[in-house]
Amino acid sequence: MTSQTRPETTSASPMDKNAIIDLAIRFGFLALLVGMVLFFSFASRGFASPQSAVFILQSVAITGILALGVTATLVVGGFDLSIGSVATTAMMAASYVMVVMEQSALVAVIVCLVIGAVVGVINGWLIVYMRVPDLLATLGMMFLLIGLQRIPTEGRSIATGMSLPDGTTAQGTFSEAFLALGRHRFDLIIPNFIPVSVVVLIVLAVLIWFFLEYTRFGRMMYAVGSNAQAARLAGAPVRAYKIWAYVISGVFASIGGILLAARLGRGDIASGNNLLLDSVAAALIGFAVLGAAKPNAFGTAMGALFVGILLQGLTMMNAPYYTQDFIKGFVLVIALVFTFALSQRGKQ
Amino acid sequence: MVANAVFTINGLRKSFGPIEVLGGIDLALAPGQVTVLMGANGAGKSTLVKIMSGVYTRSSGTMELAGRPFAPATPAEAIRAGVVTVHQSINDGVVADLDVATNLTLDRLSGTGSKLMFNPGRVRREARAVAERVGLDIDMKKQVRELSLADRQMVSIARAMAHEPQVLVLDEPTSSLSSAEAERLFALVDRLRDRGVAILYISHRMSDIRRVADTIVSLRDGVITGTFDTEPLDYEGAVNAMLGRRIDAGQIEARAATGAVLSAKGLRIAEGAEPFDLELGAGEIVAVTGLVGVGKTALAETLFGLRTPLGGTMTLGGKPYAPRAPGKAIEQGVFLLAKDRASSGIVHDFDIGRNISLPFLRGLSAGTIMQRGAEQQRARDQIAALNIVCRGERDEMSALSGGNQQKVMVARWMAEPARVFILDEPFQGVDISARRDMAAKLRASAQGRATLVFLTELDEVFEIADRILVMSEHTIVGAHRNGEIDFDRLLSQIAGDGAAQAAATTTTQEKTTAP
Repeated sequence: MTSQTRPETTSASPMDKNAIIDLAIRFGFLALLVGMVLFFSFASRGFASPQSAVFILQSVAITGILALGVTATLVVGGFDLSIGSVATTAMMAASYVMVVMEQSALVAVIVCLVIGAVVGVINGWLIVYMRVPDLLATLGMMFLLIGLQRIPTEGRSIATGMSLPDGTTAQGTFSEAFLALGRHRFDLIIPNFIPVSVVVLIVLAVLIWFFLEYTRFGRMMYAVGSNAQAARLAGAPVRAYKIWAYVISGVFASIGGILLAARLGRGDIASGNNLLLDSVAAALIGFAVLGAAKPNAFGTAMGALFVGILLQGLTMMNAPYYTQDFIKGFVLVIALVFTFALSQRGKQ
Repeated sequence: MVANAVFTINGLRKSFGPIEVLGGIDLALAPGQVTVLMGANGAGKSTLVKIMSGVYTRSSGTMELAGRPFAPATPAEAIRAGVVTVHQSINDGVVADLDVATNLTLDRLSGTGSKLMFNPGRVRREARAVAERVGLDIDMKKQVRELSLADRQMVSIARAMAHEPQVLVLDEPTSSLSSAEAERLFALVDRLRDRGVAILYISHRMSDIRRVADTIVSLRDGVITGTFDTEPLDYEGAVNAMLGRRIDAGQIEARAATGAVLSAKGLRIAEGAEPFDLELGAGEIVAVTGLVGVGKTALAETLFGLRTPLGGTMTLGGKPYAPRAPGKAIEQGVFLLAKDRASSGIVHDFDIGRNISLPFLRGLSAGTIMQRGAEQQRARDQIAALNIVCRGERDEMSALSGGNQQKVMVARWMAEPARVFILDEPFQGVDISARRDMAAKLRASAQGRATLVFLTELDEVFEIADRILVMSEHTIVGAHRNGEIDFDRLLSQIAGDGAAQAAATTTTQEKTTAP
């Protein structure tokens, strides 16, 4: 018995010092977030307003949704680089379905969701059954989709009244219902206040958070990501869990694509360039939130918000646009140091 | 002990922190002799090899090579001095993407005096000289990735021999070779012996040892427990010294089973292995013992649905039982505590409570939603039941000692009633008190289920089992009742004598060994 109690007493002595580091790891990032909000509120007139808050939320809505999807793949120990191209493919598909094929908004949405799910299944199949490493499989899928989305229109953007490859003019239009997804605002205290995309973001964030934290499937996904062999020996169908994670990621990305199409009102082949990097950054920054040191939905949402607030604040303080990527990258690197170096020390 | 030894070790000790792994080793290697070092897992074989090859530094004691002190600080120094080691993992010794010639001369590609330009012709010439020295006939232009494991091993040894070593250490060289491939390796070992190299051959495969050994040294818990160098070699004595004989064998009261739970007929778990029958009864604890690599884990995995048997049928509670996946086995009440908890048991990101609940989340949730209260209650109950030393169910697994980590793994599977509970080497890396706790708990709770424990160490077997089965060459070769054991017969079965030996020689040609 004495030999077993020994580790207890040794680990108890450096507790006080560890407690401070522990606290820093847990709440450091949230403290930084609050501090940043306070700083911008004082430094920039108009930052601390409801309108500004909604603008920030709207600016991060689509990347946030994609980031929540990629979080699911990170949870099972994978990674999905194809999310950006899934989103733009969904955007092009929605436009094509409505403008060229003259279908309704509902059909367009369904087509997009199916595309997302199918891409997710293919990604999962490549990774699980064809044993292609996750980064490479989804990188390949990314290239494939970037090319694929341009084929139906021979590389042109899709807009109402565009001329088609055969010389005729497209007769379809973006339906009002579809455009409302990007333009309608719900009343909340102030009339016409909360955009649909923000509502979708919040609903999806709560859903995926609840799924990962409170359902047995979410729990098993974490087990798969931490030790797949142990999960398998505990009876989990590891392959199915992995494939489902990519399906979630694909579907979330396609929802992002639908909102993008609705916001732009056209299928713009040049848009969505930053989606992948921004959403991956948000998910990785999320590792640092509350000292989780692992992918988590709350952290991802906070990560997206963090980037949004930072960029909005800097813009309002007249920082030039071309510094944005640098700042995002800088924040990401700092967050990664937070996650890996500090939490590693906290564990020892 | 050995008059003309070229390499001697005197009083070698090695500790990692407070744990002493080697407690005073004396060893002498004679030129032109194969000294086999036998030892169970954790006996300290690898540590000894790593000290000889300059990976670890010793805590105390001396080594001498050809009369001069030998204390390598790095592997390169050991090689230069003339002690060359071929490690267990074959692919560590070769570069798969390069051709044979380059592999054979790899050590000349870097370091002082090597040429800047790479001349394929010269490399091939030098490589041929290296290969000829050990009598290796192989296509120099072939990529190593296209070679069989045995050929890779040959290349790896030939490369080692290019240094003209006085001492060659082979660390379990046959562990991933088939018998036919192993025979080629033995022929090479014979040639090297004739050239006067002192060979330290580490293995626990009896067939290897019978083939190559001039001397056998048994290692147990970091000390040498037996040296056998008189013809004919006493193989059983060596096994006994390696596994350790327990004087108070049969200290427990062996119980009889109350009825068959799981039975298997004509089960075959490896190519060329003899089929065997197996019957597990309710309330009994059956230990399966045998040396490493005789198919214990393969049998455990077969019963748990991780492998499909090559032949035979199984019934569970009278009904046909053929699980296709672990999930199916668990549904039917067959649980496996797998070997090596760090890689196949513990979910490192989860706390104790979540590790315990892992296989039975369905029962701990309402629909799909986890019932955290029920989960935590189960964790607290199990922590108390198994006497796990921790602050609470939210502790990280990394905060626990090895024994307590293993108790968590046992607690995981004992949280729900099993029909068959299989434990594969459950006492590896576990201190004695934790082991006693777990064994007592297993015995106290054995009623109503069949318990099957796979163990290499004999004193662990005697401590826990009602009935003992012996495996050799992927089949069951003996059965004993604890308390009335014919110890010599048990040892000879483990060592692979008699019937199993005869069976093994008839099937040598097509037999392959699980990795």
